[in-house]
Amino acid sequence: MTIAQEFEYRRPETLEEALEMLAAAEGDVRLLAGGTDLVPWLRDGMIAPDLVVDIKGVEGLGEIAEDGETVSFGALVTFDDVLRSRLVADRLPMVREMAGRVGSVGIRHRATVVGNICSAVPSCDAGPVLLVYGASVHVAGPDGSREVPIDDWFLGPKRTALGPGEIVTGVSLRVPAGRHGGAYVRLSRYAGEDLAQASVAVTAMEEDRYRVAFGAVAPTPVRAAHLEACLNGRPPTADRADRAADLVADTISPITDMRASKEYRLRMSRVMLKRGLAAAVARRDGGGPAYGTSLM
Amino acid sequence: MDISISVNGEPWVLSVEPNDVLLDVLRSRVGVKSPKIGCERGDCGTCTILLDGRTVRSCLVLAVEADRHEITTVEGIGRDGLTALQRSLWELNAFQCGFCAPGIVLAAAELLEENPHPSREEVQEAIGGNLCRCTGYEPIIEAVLAAAASWKEDR
Repeated sequence: MTIAQEFEYRRPETLEEALEMLAAAEGDVRLLAGGTDLVPWLRDGMIAPDLVVDIKGVEGLGEIAEDGETVSFGALVTFDDVLRSRLVADRLPMVREMAGRVGSVGIRHRATVVGNICSAVPSCDAGPVLLVYGASVHVAGPDGSREVPIDDWFLGPKRTALGPGEIVTGVSLRVPAGRHGGAYVRLSRYAGEDLAQASVAVTAMEEDRYRVAFGAVAPTPVRAAHLEACLNGRPPTADRADRAADLVADTISPITDMRASKEYRLRMSRVMLKRGLAAAVARRDGGGPAYGTSLM
Repeated sequence: MDISISVNGEPWVLSVEPNDVLLDVLRSRVGVKSPKIGCERGDCGTCTILLDGRTVRSCLVLAVEADRHEITTVEGIGRDGLTALQRSLWELNAFQCGFCAPGIVLAAAELLEENPHPSREEVQEAIGGNLCRCTGYEPIIEAVLAAAASWKEDR
């Protein structure tokens, strides 16, 4: 089945040129990076753009860079780039762990981290991880640049804070100060193809401070603020983990679909939280399972 | 618009529409038939090609995106006879219907190129995005591991 609908395709070489194209365009415009979501959506007729702007030729969007305690990912950084980055392995190993769970090798060669949060499907793997790292989304637009806190980014399934005429140029993550550990736990039916049925990202930092976010169990990836408050400042005992797990049901709102029932998602999110918490704490303290080890 | 692509070392200039998918163009215009039409949504891996040396799903690439890029398929890697990997898959009778074979050959070749002595888990990860509905994967994994030993010397 080919793509039935017709659209115009353009390939700018600079950000300025891309922004001008968006400003001059009439009708619906879609930005194309890896295309692993966009092309199936075109094929299924879920979107009907008049213009597709391919930003792969835009200079300066392909870097993973470190600036003090911030690591930034340009809009064209693929999940494969993340897996190959020494910087990410050293500073943000949980981001690497997440990248290794996305799709398959052939998908990771094309799919981008920024594309993942721009498609903004509820099961996007980057969402929960960016939430626990307090990421900033860098947006360029007709009126200049702005930064959107990741907490304000996801508005609903496939809906984000990106405005008309705007382009995401990258995301930046803050590396927690001091010792820290993380875990990205993902439930899926089989490796290599499936989207997450449920996912949880946990970071454990010094002085028993924690951050937790869930994916695929609500209309958007969700940060679990009151669950974090239950954990913060106390030793992560089994009893404390149980109390935190009791708050999962108030944090998430899973649905039943072809990949899992809401009851299964809820039950497993509790299990995954506890496993992720234990792994993040152990990794913070220098032990635990190696990053990338499946906890499911 | 016109695109210039290299397919298995041959230069092609093609006039394509923005909504033409690379997989379809390769099969119907270039005549390369090893990438198969499977799920057409990036799940099954049977349309796998090498784009600038990396495996990608050709069903998820617009033909216009391939402009000025190099494409390699099984037709291209087996030009001088079967590779050690292909010979191993053949000798160990690793496939049944063969529909997934072109994609799995490319995925496994990419793995061995970068990592000549992979573990079983690394082989599973490399071909994890390529569905096979016949074999249960075991003979394929065995054949890739068997090829690994002779890969560097023999290819």
